[in-house]
Amino acid sequence: MFDHRKIEEITKERERWEKSTLPNWIKQCPERQKEFKNHSGITVKGLYTPEDIKDLDYMRDLGFPGEYPFTRGLHATMYRGRLWTMRMFAGYGTAEDTNKRFKYLLSEGETGLSTAFDYPTIMGYDSDHPMARGEVGVCGVAVSSLRDMEILFDGIPLDRVTTSMTINGPASVLLAMYVAVGDKQGVSREKLGGTTQNDNLKEFFAQKLCIFPPKPSLKLSVDIIEYCARHLPKWNPISISGYHIREAGATAVQELAFTLYDGIAYVEETLKRGLKVDDFAHRLSFFFASHNDFFEEIAKFRAARRLWAKIMKERFHAKNPRSMWMRMHVQTSGCTLTAQQPLNNIVRTTIQALAAVLGGTQSLHTNSFDEALCLPTEESVRVALRTQQIIAYESGVANTVDPLAGSYYVEALTNEMEEKAMEYIQKIDDMGGVIPAIEKGFFQREIADSAYRYQREIEEKKRIIVGVNEYIIEGEEIPIKLLRVNPSVEKKQVERLQKLRRERDNRKVKEALEKLHYTAEKGENLMPTIIEAVKAYATLGEIMDVLRKVYGEYKELIII
Amino acid sequence: MQNESKSGRKIRVLIAKPGLDSHDRGAKVVARALRDAGMEVIYTGLRQTPEQIVEAALQEDVDVIGLSILSGAHMTLFPRIMELLKEKGLTDVLVFAGGIIPEEDVSELKKIGIKEVFGPGTPTEKIIKYVLKNAPKR
Repeated sequence: MFDHRKIEEITKERERWEKSTLPNWIKQCPERQKEFKNHSGITVKGLYTPEDIKDLDYMRDLGFPGEYPFTRGLHATMYRGRLWTMRMFAGYGTAEDTNKRFKYLLSEGETGLSTAFDYPTIMGYDSDHPMARGEVGVCGVAVSSLRDMEILFDGIPLDRVTTSMTINGPASVLLAMYVAVGDKQGVSREKLGGTTQNDNLKEFFAQKLCIFPPKPSLKLSVDIIEYCARHLPKWNPISISGYHIREAGATAVQELAFTLYDGIAYVEETLKRGLKVDDFAHRLSFFFASHNDFFEEIAKFRAARRLWAKIMKERFHAKNPRSMWMRMHVQTSGCTLTAQQPLNNIVRTTIQALAAVLGGTQSLHTNSFDEALCLPTEESVRVALRTQQIIAYESGVANTVDPLAGSYYVEALTNEMEEKAMEYIQKIDDMGGVIPAIEKGFFQREIADSAYRYQREIEEKKRIIVGVNEYIIEGEEIPIKLLRVNPSVEKKQVERLQKLRRERDNRKVKEALEKLHYTAEKGENLMPTIIEAVKAYATLGEIMDVLRKVYGEYKELIII
Repeated sequence: MQNESKSGRKIRVLIAKPGLDSHDRGAKVVARALRDAGMEVIYTGLRQTPEQIVEAALQEDVDVIGLSILSGAHMTLFPRIMELLKEKGLTDVLVFAGGIIPEEDVSELKKIGIKEVFGPGTPTEKIIKYVLKNAPKR
C-alpha cells in the first residue's frame, strides 16, 4: 500500500525518533510494564507505523465491503443499511415462562429470538429422567415434546421472527419440533428462518455436552446441513462455534483456529453427501466470543472473515461469493463477568459489544451484569439490550463501514491473528483432521493450558481484573436482586409430560420409534423420520434413547 | 509448604462435578492448582451422580472432596451426596464446594456439612491454603 521509498524514509525517521525523542520520555515516565501482551500472547508494540503493514495490498487483503475477501464486511453498506440483529439468549422455567419472556423481548425492540434450553433437554433427557432431578427449567427452558414447543412459540408467528436454538446433540429433534410448529401455524418450510447451533464437534473439547461418540455426532450435524440445503432454504443449519472454545479458556487465536477447523470438517463431511459446496456453504454460520482485549477482538473478527473466505475459495473451490461469507453471531464473553461489584459488568459488556460491532458482526447478544451470580432478571436483560441500542443509535460507530481499517495496529494485528491461526490449521491437518485431534486430546490440552495460564496471570497480578484482584471492596454486599427459578417448575413439567404419555396415540409413537431405529442403523439421513416421530408426540428422551442404542454413548476423555 | 498429613501421606483430593452442566474450566483449574501444590488429585469428569461421586471417594480413599457445580441444581444434589457420605461412614472427609452458588444457599449448605463454598473469582491460592489447613489429619 505504501511506496517502497516512503517506507525507507519512515524507517529512518523512526530509528531517529527511538534514539532522540523516546529515551527522554522513558526516563521521565517509564513504561508501566516490561512487556505488553494480548490474550493470545502476541507482543503489543508501543507504536505501529506504516512499516508494520508495508506488504499490505489493499485489493488483495482488504478489498471493498461486500466483496472478496470480505475483511471490511459482508455487506456493502453494513450498518448504514441495516443494523445488526439484536438477539438476546433467553430461556428458563416452563415453556409458558419463556414464551412470556420472548414476547417481552420482542415488545422491547429485540429483532430475533434465541432459545436457551435446560440441561436435561440439552443432554437429551426428558424432564422426568432421574438425571434431570433439580435441573428442570433451571438454566433454560424445559422442552420434552412437541407439546412444550407449541406452548413456547404460542402467539409468535414463525414467518415473522427468526429463532436461534442453542442445541447440539439433540438439534435434529428440536429442529423437527420447530418445523412441526411451523406446519401447524401454516408457515411454509421455505419461510422458516433461524439457526440451530448443531456444532457437535466443539462439544468434545469446549462445551462438553456430548451425548454420542465423535463420528455419529458429526453425522447428526451433517444430517441437518444436508436436510436444510434440500428443504429449509432459509434455515442456518449450524452455528460453528468459537464461543464455547473461548469460554473454556482458549486464547483468541485458538478460538479462531479451532472454530475454522471445525468449519472445514463440516464442509468436507457434507461434500460426501453428494452436495456441491455452493449448495450449502452460504447457510453455514459462525459464533464467536467478544472478550476484553478490544483491538485483539476486532482483529480476530476481521481475520476470521478473511481467512474463511480464502479457505472456501482456495481449499473448497467455492464459486458463489456467498459461499465465502462468514456470517457471524457474537456474544460478549460470559467468563469475563465478575461476581464482585456486578454493575462493573455493564461497562465490560459495552466494550466487548463495541468490539463486535467494529468487527462487523451480523448479530449480537450482550450479557447481563448479574450473570456471574444467576440467570438475568428482566431489568438486567433490559440494560444489556439498551447497551446495544446505545451503541447503534447514539455512538455514531454504525455510520460508516469498517471504521478501523487502515489503522496500522489493527491491520498488523489482523494479519498476525490470521498467520497464527493458519499455523494451527496446518498442525491439525498434519494430525489427520479434527476427529484424530479430539481423540488425541490435542484441543483439550491446548485449552486447559491456556485456562490455567490465564488464572495464574490473574493470581500473580500480571492481569488486573477490577474488583477481583485490584480495587476490591472488602466484605462487599451484593446489591442486586437475583432471579430464582420457581421450584414448582419441575413438578408442573413432569405432570404435563406424564399426561402427554397417557393421552397420545402410543401405537403411533412405537411405530415411529421403530422406524427411527431402522433408519439410524441403515445410516440414512434422520431428519424426515425424526419429524414424523415428534409429530406423533414421541418425546425427546425417547427419540434420543433410540439413538443411544444405535450409536452408544460418549465416554469423556479426562484431561486436567 | 506442608502438603502431607502426619503419616507422611500426601493429601488426596477428589474434584467432582455433579449435575448436568459442563462448565469444567473452574474444576480443572482448581484440580491443577492443588496438584501443583503437591496434593494427589483425582478428577471425576463431568455429570457424575451423587452415587458415583461417593463411590469414587471411597475407592480412592480421599481426604478431601471438592464439588463444582454451575447448573443451579446444588440444593438437590449436595444434600444427597452428604447423605451418602454419612451412610458410607465417610464422615471425616472434608467437603468444600465451588461454582455459581447464591449467598443465601451457603448457610443451608454449611448446615448439612459442606465446610466452605468458594464463589467466582476466588484465587486458587486461597483454596490451597484452606485445604492444607483443614484436611483431616490421618
